[in-house]
Amino acid sequence: MPNYAYIVMIPLLPLASFLLLGLFGRKYLRGYSGTFGTASLLISAVLSCITAYNYFFVSGKTNGLYHQIVAMKYVWLPFTPGISIDMTLLLESISVMMIVIVTFVSAMVHIFSLGYMKGQQRLGTYYSFLSLFTFSMLGLVLSGNIFQIYIFWELVGVSSYLLIGFYFDKPSAVAASKKAFIVTRFADLGFLIGILILAFHAESLDFTTLIRRLTSGSPELLKITTASFLGISMLSWGLSLVFIGGAGKSAMFPLHIWLPDAMEGPTPVSALIHAATMVVAGVYLVARLFPVFAISDPDALKLVMYTGALSALLAAIIACTQTDLKRVLAYSTMSQIGYMMFALGVSGYGGESGLGYTASMFHLFTHAFFKSLLFLCAGMVIHAFHSNEIKDMGGLRKIMPVTHIGFLIACLAIAGIPPFSGFFSKEEILQAAFRSSKWVYAVGLLTSGLTAFYMFRLYFSIFWSKEAKLSGNQREGTASMRIPLVILSICTALAGFVPFSKLITSDGLPLETHVNINFSIIPVSIALFGIFSAAYLYRIENDRPEKVARYLGKWYQAAFKKFYIDELYIFITKKIIFRLIGRPVAWIDKQVVDGFMNSLASITAKISEGIKGLQSGKIQNYALYFFAGIAGLAVLFIYLWK
Amino acid sequence: MNEVPLSHILFVSTALFFTGMYGLFTRRNMITMLMSIELILNSVNINFIAFNKYLHADKLDGVFFTIFIITIAAAEAAIAIAIIINLYRSHQSIDIEDAAEMKY
Repeated sequence: MPNYAYIVMIPLLPLASFLLLGLFGRKYLRGYSGTFGTASLLISAVLSCITAYNYFFVSGKTNGLYHQIVAMKYVWLPFTPGISIDMTLLLESISVMMIVIVTFVSAMVHIFSLGYMKGQQRLGTYYSFLSLFTFSMLGLVLSGNIFQIYIFWELVGVSSYLLIGFYFDKPSAVAASKKAFIVTRFADLGFLIGILILAFHAESLDFTTLIRRLTSGSPELLKITTASFLGISMLSWGLSLVFIGGAGKSAMFPLHIWLPDAMEGPTPVSALIHAATMVVAGVYLVARLFPVFAISDPDALKLVMYTGALSALLAAIIACTQTDLKRVLAYSTMSQIGYMMFALGVSGYGGESGLGYTASMFHLFTHAFFKSLLFLCAGMVIHAFHSNEIKDMGGLRKIMPVTHIGFLIACLAIAGIPPFSGFFSKEEILQAAFRSSKWVYAVGLLTSGLTAFYMFRLYFSIFWSKEAKLSGNQREGTASMRIPLVILSICTALAGFVPFSKLITSDGLPLETHVNINFSIIPVSIALFGIFSAAYLYRIENDRPEKVARYLGKWYQAAFKKFYIDELYIFITKKIIFRLIGRPVAWIDKQVVDGFMNSLASITAKISEGIKGLQSGKIQNYALYFFAGIAGLAVLFIYLWK
Repeated sequence: MNEVPLSHILFVSTALFFTGMYGLFTRRNMITMLMSIELILNSVNINFIAFNKYLHADKLDGVFFTIFIITIAAAEAAIAIAIIINLYRSHQSIDIEDAAEMKY
């Protein structure tokens, strides 16, 4: 077995780069901060690929089963002999896959930013934040301890907050960063309580022990399933609360409201954090605890399934009506993550029934490539037009050939057209859904049609439609912006051919899957229908989209307003929580708590005002008091103190 | 010889004590106040001597206390006069009303 100690370097390199750039970037590394950050990330990415090769093809397998390897373990805070917070680097198939995705996409985004962020004042800060994010994300995926995952979870949230608010002179960016932080933080409260419930009953924070105790018929499992609160077992409570944390980070309905606003950050950041890596953390979390979900508590898994399916459909409908390029992509991200969630939800543990798990991870893998490619292309387009509105765009295909091809490949992939990567993963998801629940399968089909429609709506609006109205002589970015596009395009086109089901399955045993032509006909033809209707409406500038919108009337308006969910949140917070809870509490604080303290102070002040005359400065008065005191004591001793 | 009863002596010392008290509280001249304090001390001395003589004639404790008090009164007078002189130097007055700055 090879030595895996070098894996420590993978998260530590971005950490070192964060510290160096954060402390000295502004003063000493001004011109080099980008190169420095990119170089350290590239080393990290190469190490991750070596790790993946070693794990999957050299030493990860014993007797045909992928097992866990603890690369490093450091007991950080021991509470009791059983419960301790450790800093662990745990290698298993999904964590190895995740470190490859994180470092690879992060490296692409670093390179892209060299061109995109050129001339920015706070380039050193930008790269240090990116490094911080990469470090936290790597720590998160490599965690072997549920509390460690929580620590890095919060770190990821902080770096997301910092990067969304990178343009801090823009009020909308500041508001978006606060919204993202508060919404995810609110969800993390559920996560924390879930962790405490699970750890309390399983008497361990370690993932491996926790999962073993909560899946086999151990006394801990019996205890947690018999204990109940409000008629629901503690296990369901714990898992559902953990899932709420994951839903917050992964922008699942109804905690998705922060994601579209998060697009206020720089576009490469959206590509990295809000498309490829951080937002899938929720999926990853459910996948980590998947044996517990699947074996011990199918009810909680149902919750995952319904949330995922609802989010996928809702986001796809909203995405069809939005006019902001990045917001469409944000809703599409939410929709695809919904796909991954319900794929986990329909899955079982082990063997053929574990297909959904494999499919979900596969979709996570391919989605990382095509979604980051879409965002980087969007970055190029926004760079050219200086606008996010797709109404201002059009006719780019001749001016930006590389972006055009990249965007087209990504659109075909996300729409699920063979042989691009999205086809294979979506196919597996739909197969898994078909086996488990026809309703979810129908939702998946509908969503995939809508996905094809809104992606090609973007594609035709940006690259066809009217003539390009560009000011001045535009060129297609710098080489550092084009290279990541090319690399990601190649990956997007080919990632579907990775023999995924042999590498990543719910129980570690390889699984045989094959593309079933008969099964594929329906989804692919629905996707093609979506593409053609988008072409009919948007290929040439015309008034058909308006006619359709007018025909749909209220329904269109509702989708355009995102089903009034933001308004609902504002109503609940401002009208109900602030007015009915906040104000009375503020009144109690001001009148009762402060009032008590203030009256204490004012009573003291009044009494002292009254008696200060006693200290007159006249010695004879003092002597008089003294004698009066003595006389008083004399009376006391003689008559009262018998 | 017809002895003077104890109560008579105590009456004298009490009169002396309250005379001193009255002087201490009403006089504004510090020297006079000092003299009043001496009266108070001497009334206490008389008490000590009288109790010693009438109640514990075989002991000398009261006499010793009296001697101590006389000694201390002498030292106290020296210090008080030094304070008064210093006060006169700074305030050009030995009126107690003029030295009332140390108040709220």
